[in-house]
Amino acid sequence: MLDTAPAVRAAEGRPGRRDPGPARPRRHRPWPYLLIAPTLAVIALLMFWPMAQIALMSFQKVGNRQLAGAPAESVGLENYRSILSDELFWQSLRSTVLFAVAAVTLTLVLGTLVGLLLNRLSRRMAALVSAGVMVAWATPPITAAIIFTWLFGTTGGVVNWLLDLLPDALVGGGWTDYNWFATPLRTYTVLTVCVVWQSFPFVAVSVLAGLKSLPAELLEAARVDGAGAWRAFWAITFPMLRPIFLVLLVLSVIWDFKVFTQLFVMSGMANRDAFNLSLYAYSEAFGGMNAKLGLGSAIAAVLTLLLLAVTAVYVRIMVRQGEVS
Amino acid sequence: MNVRRSTAAPRGTARRGEQRGGRRGRRGGRLRAVGLNALGLAVFAVAVFPVAWMVSTAFKPNEEIFSTTPRPLPGSPTLEHFDYVLGGGIAEVSFWTYLRNSALLALTTVLVSGVLAVLAAIAVARFAFRFRTVFLVMLLVVQMVPAEALVLPLFLDLRRLGMIDSLAGLVVVYIGFALPFSIWMLRGFVAAVPRELEEAAAIDGAGPIRTFWTVLLPLIAPGLVATSIFSFITAWNEFIFAFTFLDDQDKYPLPVMMQYFFGNASNEWGPIMASSTLLTLPVIVFFLLVQRRMVSGLTAGAVKG
Repeated sequence: MLDTAPAVRAAEGRPGRRDPGPARPRRHRPWPYLLIAPTLAVIALLMFWPMAQIALMSFQKVGNRQLAGAPAESVGLENYRSILSDELFWQSLRSTVLFAVAAVTLTLVLGTLVGLLLNRLSRRMAALVSAGVMVAWATPPITAAIIFTWLFGTTGGVVNWLLDLLPDALVGGGWTDYNWFATPLRTYTVLTVCVVWQSFPFVAVSVLAGLKSLPAELLEAARVDGAGAWRAFWAITFPMLRPIFLVLLVLSVIWDFKVFTQLFVMSGMANRDAFNLSLYAYSEAFGGMNAKLGLGSAIAAVLTLLLLAVTAVYVRIMVRQGEVS
Repeated sequence: MNVRRSTAAPRGTARRGEQRGGRRGRRGGRLRAVGLNALGLAVFAVAVFPVAWMVSTAFKPNEEIFSTTPRPLPGSPTLEHFDYVLGGGIAEVSFWTYLRNSALLALTTVLVSGVLAVLAAIAVARFAFRFRTVFLVMLLVVQMVPAEALVLPLFLDLRRLGMIDSLAGLVVVYIGFALPFSIWMLRGFVAAVPRELEEAAAIDGAGPIRTFWTVLLPLIAPGLVATSIFSFITAWNEFIFAFTFLDDQDKYPLPVMMQYFFGNASNEWGPIMASSTLLTLPVIVFFLLVQRRMVSGLTAGAVKG
């Protein structure tokens, strides 16, 4: 792989230097700052200030009285103590992590296989399949969740009908009235299918883009030397595309960790057993008659910190690849 | 063997491979091509099926929807569900109101974040300045901050400002979420415009503003279209903020309307699928137009290898 470190070092933007990497310094010093000023204002107001508020509120009691205008009471670590001793928090965390592991693994494996397949198809066939795959990607999360609830439903649901058609020896019988939303595990199964269906296209298309950038001679050579598809993938394709797989892994983890809309539609705020972290935070804050925004903030802070840790890995990869130059 | 690659591979290697495999190799190749195409069609079917099923259900009369033996296509297609939805069947608010709200939110987001993104992209692609790297890293980081967490403080902020239950408050939030990725995407387009073109315009006496309008803007127009579609989809699909901030049904955008409708009439699959179809099709069309740009924006450098 190319060493991009010099590019990154050059881009660190030392003010006094006359020959920085990408752009020539100009005499109009204030220009770039004026150009990014509106963006900075928007991001500060809508991202940084709210994040600071989450941190602050997680140490406060913010309920109905505070919403009505009373000043927030500081409660120290009480919110954190209360969530860490709440079995529901640990269960939500467990669900979040297990779901992310399952969904990310399936998404990456399926997406990579489809990417490899797209690379081998004729031009016209590849165009058709990628257009189809785009349809899954483009579907808004809210409709995807509703469609999958319908597909897995008990009245007129096509999945139960299909499972019933299959030989009983294979899948067992009695699927007609099988309720896919009766237990958290079943709900999460449907959720996983739904999320994987929506996210494998991005992986497939990215892997395809990576494959197109590989020199064809390498794989040809491996083939001539008698390497099978499996060996060629692990010996050549995967190491060459390692950066792209890393980015895909990190992005998938981030996206699947905070999945909200689909779970909200499929399971709602009443099924506390099926909470993940984001739904748990939301439900503590807005779910009951008594808003508990302080408690919700503590959960949101935990979720944000976990995601920022993963994001740090992503930023590191991007910087190494010279993307931030 | 590799259908696409074998034609592109250097002549010598391809011929050597063929000699080794002989006749059997070529026949195996054709069989393999058939197998690959079958696999391709299977992937296509799996990817398209749920959406196709949604559209098909939307056109089915109720007997067919709840039949114990579902059929892939409507036997006697009907428009009754679309009539119901478009005729103000949902919460006694006209569907066009929801559509107008969604369109208003999406277009305002596109417009404002587009203008801001162009400015910032020029700064990042054309100038070396002190906190450039910090700014770029910040753009990456804020894209990953969970909206599900930010919804809590933003709800309080907007409430304090009296902007809760208003589309204006919502649009401000959407701009914040669409902006970082828009800049990230656009800066590539700005960087791709040869600097010499602008310098030539400057030598001919054009000021920076004039150079921008006559040289840079026309050249980054395709990128601006791609970015706009991305912002449009972000705002069009957004659910959690709209659901939390809005009270009045008159102000609901389509996704919140869908959730409301789904929660209150969970067995009216015909109308639910009809309104899902109306919500989904514009996004799919836009998406097919813009998808290549989105991938390269997200994984960008990774592909260069």
